[in-house]
Amino acid sequence: MTQEAAGTEEGSGAPAMASRRRLLRTGVVAGGAMLAASARAASPPDDPMWSRTLGPGVADRPYGQPSQYEKDAIRRYVPWLTQSTQSDVSFTPLQDQPGILTANGFFYERYHSGRPSVDPAQHRLLIHGLVDRPLLLSMDQLQRFPSVARIHFLECAANGGPEWPAAQLNSLQFTHGMVGCAEWVGVPLSTLLGEVGVKKEGKWVLVEGADGAHMDRSLPIEKCLDDCLVVWGQNGEALRPEQGFPLRLIVPGWQGNVSVKWLRRIEVGATPWYTREETGKYTELLPSGKALGFTWVNEAKSVLTFPCPEKPLTSGAGFYELRGLAWSGRGKIRQVDVSTDGGVSYTRAALQEPVLTKALTRFTLPWRWDGKPVLLQSRATDETGYVQPGIAELRKVMGTGSVYLNNSIQTWQVLADGSVNNVQLS
Amino acid sequence: MSSSPRRCAPARGSAPILAVILAATVVVGAAVLVPAAHAAAPGSYGIGTTPTEAEIAGWSIAVPPSGANLPPGHGSVSQGSDLFGTVCAVCHGAFGEGVADYPRLAGGVGSLATVAPAETVGSYWPYATTLFDFINRAMPFYAPHSLTPDQVYALTAFILNLNGIVPDGFVADAQTVPAVKMPNRDGFIWKDPRPLTHDTECMTKCVDPASLRITSTAKGDHLTPRTTGPVDDMKAKHP
Repeated sequence: MTQEAAGTEEGSGAPAMASRRRLLRTGVVAGGAMLAASARAASPPDDPMWSRTLGPGVADRPYGQPSQYEKDAIRRYVPWLTQSTQSDVSFTPLQDQPGILTANGFFYERYHSGRPSVDPAQHRLLIHGLVDRPLLLSMDQLQRFPSVARIHFLECAANGGPEWPAAQLNSLQFTHGMVGCAEWVGVPLSTLLGEVGVKKEGKWVLVEGADGAHMDRSLPIEKCLDDCLVVWGQNGEALRPEQGFPLRLIVPGWQGNVSVKWLRRIEVGATPWYTREETGKYTELLPSGKALGFTWVNEAKSVLTFPCPEKPLTSGAGFYELRGLAWSGRGKIRQVDVSTDGGVSYTRAALQEPVLTKALTRFTLPWRWDGKPVLLQSRATDETGYVQPGIAELRKVMGTGSVYLNNSIQTWQVLADGSVNNVQLS
Repeated sequence: MSSSPRRCAPARGSAPILAVILAATVVVGAAVLVPAAHAAAPGSYGIGTTPTEAEIAGWSIAVPPSGANLPPGHGSVSQGSDLFGTVCAVCHGAFGEGVADYPRLAGGVGSLATVAPAETVGSYWPYATTLFDFINRAMPFYAPHSLTPDQVYALTAFILNLNGIVPDGFVADAQTVPAVKMPNRDGFIWKDPRPLTHDTECMTKCVDPASLRITSTAKGDHLTPRTTGPVDDMKAKHP
């Protein structure tokens, strides 16, 4: 606390320590009056403590860290969802993400066999199967191919899964946080497939990770040749281990698990492999008892990120800007409409540039709250004309036992005290 | 690395002219040497090495429904029973019923169209080859890739037998596993019917306000971890 009052942060060097000693000495002399003053010292006319202190120098924290006042803005998990954190998911704190890019430290995690620590010097990518010229690549070799940088979202198939039967989690982070958006840098998969030469019988591609689960999925060749990327860069640095360091696949607009992390192998075949992750898991059981398989696309979705349960309206009636994020696995967001009356009427929100294909898109709407309870919603429309549906409509097809691909409209109930709750409507 | 700020300053003298000439030369040279991405023939970039048969075989573990790629070896139901008790039952239970929230492997046939479906290997998985593949690639969870092919065959045989799909005398091998027909073999629709809904961009009177009601709320629930302070393991709420 003393260090905070002195306006310095953890990891500060000698000057900060000196000022801390000075403050301690002063504090002993001035006693309680000094502490009372420091509590409101940032308001004019006072000069706050951090303005009267020499701060730490450059490279004091060589990698950098968030402010010590941002400690709540972290990935979190839902302990009752799975039996082991090594086969689990953590959630992006969307309530603390101001723009379309998800900080690498915020980006949600999904592991099937824990997080491997892969040595890039030893890592290899094997490409084989129905190809003219099988290929083995080191990271150095892979990075010599012509590269691109693209901004895309990734969303877990199970994002919003607990909300299928009912409103269950009173939190933006836990209802929508299995999504993130980043700038990815790497080689188009089409370039690598061109280099090995896909035989004409080659219609499916198996992608496999170097983790303990050797997590693998079958992908149709058309998607692989369209917009998939084999990437090593994310948001201005190498991939984090959480995101597949040193190499992962990005399959834009498709459920996150097909973007295999720690990518070690690409096999071209004539038919799918029907792996465990596309039969026993990541399939959708319908009320009829039949199940949908190979359902890949994250359809258009949006959510208000302010206000939300974590960020209530704390200042009473008056002006606020409603803010949110929208995305579609089928292309660009065309528009977002916002309702303050539970979906009886909608008003068009403003989209903020850049509006990119298969990327998070920011929207805003100026709003004057009268201080009475309201039901807030946002509804995205993508460039195909598809309109985000309500949960009741989706349940007519999928029932209440579904787990995956819940892209329904979110309703936030704002109460008169400004608190916000997750509710579902008829 | 030099830390001299002068590295950022503009170069002087004839250096920039030389740099432009060199850069132009590189660009022209590149245009000649590197093929356009679309026109690239296999091997055009000439990057990387050709893997040996042994290198490919070592990593090529995926087993499709045809059974291609299944290794030599075999394992019986009784061998699998012993091994399962030692290696698997700690999570999956002695009878594949699943301990706590670890996956249940057996039973559930006939439950898929009910309100409490049990999606197990026996009731849900369409191909027996997937069972061999997954045990071989990912199990046991705490020590992946620690089983021999014979052991994986034995566990495959045992789990199929637990589900009543194969008889007690079944021996799993590269011929018998792909020949097993799973109960839910035809239970999947392998084509996404989406979009499932076809809404319009209604802007006014989209629903009757009188019919609007809240069907569920997460307010006051005990399911939501804290989103402030340190990561909440919910041990206080769910001891």
